Amino acid sequence: MKGAFLLATFALAAAPALAQPSPKVDASVVESYVRATWSKAPPDWQSRVVQDETQRICTQLNNAPPPAEAEKIMARERAAIVYPADGKLIGDWQKGERAAQNGRGGQFSDPPGAASGGNCYACHQMAPKEISYGTLGPPLVGYGKLRDFTPEAVKATYEKIYYDAQATFACSNMPRFGANKVLTPEQIKDLVALLMDPQSPVNK
Amino acid sequence: MQFHPRTLVGRLLIAAVAIIGALGASALAQSDEETEKALEKYRQMLSDPFSNPGYLAVDRGEELWNRKRGASNVSLESCDLGEGPGKLEGAFARLPRFFTDAGKVMDLEQRLLWCMETVQKLDTKDVVARRFSAPGRDSDMEDLVAFVANKSSGRPIELALAHPKEQEAYAVGEAMFFRRSAIMDFSCATCHAEDGKRIRLQALPDLSRPTKAAKETMGSWPTYRVSQAALRTMQHRLWDCYRQMRMPAPDYASDGLTALTVYLAKQAEGAILDVPSIKR
Repeated sequence: MKGAFLLATFALAAAPALAQPSPKVDASVVESYVRATWSKAPPDWQSRVVQDETQRICTQLNNAPPPAEAEKIMARERAAIVYPADGKLIGDWQKGERAAQNGRGGQFSDPPGAASGGNCYACHQMAPKEISYGTLGPPLVGYGKLRDFTPEAVKATYEKIYYDAQATFACSNMPRFGANKVLTPEQIKDLVALLMDPQSPVNK
Repeated sequence: MQFHPRTLVGRLLIAAVAIIGALGASALAQSDEETEKALEKYRQMLSDPFSNPGYLAVDRGEELWNRKRGASNVSLESCDLGEGPGKLEGAFARLPRFFTDAGKVMDLEQRLLWCMETVQKLDTKDVVARRFSAPGRDSDMEDLVAFVANKSSGRPIELALAHPKEQEAYAVGEAMFFRRSAIMDFSCATCHAEDGKRIRLQALPDLSRPTKAAKETMGSWPTYRVSQAALRTMQHRLWDCYRQMRMPAPDYASDGLTALTVYLAKQAEGAILDVPSIKR
């Protein structure tokens, strides 16, 4: 219980300070505008327009859910985590670096079926030699070293950070890469390696 | 503030832009940082409004505005953009706004389409198909927007939001700005609700409240995009944002995009328009 409370408090603290949207219009009006705005989207893209429960609650609560609500979100997202069949959570950091650099995939301008990248550098500082990094997320330089490369940290990195960010921080800004099938479990293992392998440039 | 491709300056400029465009493409393949440096060079080179290729679009837009078209065989000179038929000065600075004749809030692009359909009795299918220009494909909408917007250059963005439908559009736009969706869980606010943040090396304006960055952003659209060698409108900007958000392509000239534009323009209330601008 105490752990859950601490986690929830951390999630609250991690929520970014946003301007408060003022609900001056009924949600059903907003949704009818939204449906009309994507009325010509292909049928197989329409599901992206509709919010899932987590997106809906986070939007409604301005990404700052009270502890009980945050715990519900995290419990739901934890249940979505899938582990690799062989039980190995660390892959190839070099493949991970390529995925971290790649911002393609999932856009309507991308060829259908093209593999997605993780695009980590868009938001995070990682390997120190890469100076073109964004600042929407925290810097991850030395990530594995700071965690003593422990198996517990490897597991937490796989399941909470990469597989489903909102299993750790309810309403996090970070995409739920595994749960939303943006990245495959194999790619996620490679990205875990980029953060947790002692040989990775992130830890040099 | 006009130049023509026939003039020496115009020809030199077009050549310069072509060379820079090719350099830009190879720089993109190298690193964002090098690209940013190269782009800073273009910004300096092209900061002179006489050298901004966006003004070619302004000239083409003026010609289109005056051209007789459609079943009515009339120009757009009697089109009412909110300040009265044919009154262009300052009209863009007060858009989007509610139009009684159409019974809804419209942005400039919706209103231009409405005028083509109702005043000129023009079938806009082809115009909509060419809504965004591409190599070898001019866009009437981009050209007309450049021309009309330019007639508000030097004026402040001023949205009255007096009509209940304008207030509804603002509230819907605000809700859409914060609405998370699609496979990355992004909303506009994911990237545009804090000052001083970046994607890679690209600075992100905070558009969630009345900031200096919001004024600079909304005061500089439409713009000539050097990387795309095209004049781009707010409809295109929002279409491109939703592409990066992994959403499907939004419908052109839809009421939702207009609502979002009302919200964004209101955060930039008082910004002095300087359009068309020139950007990366």
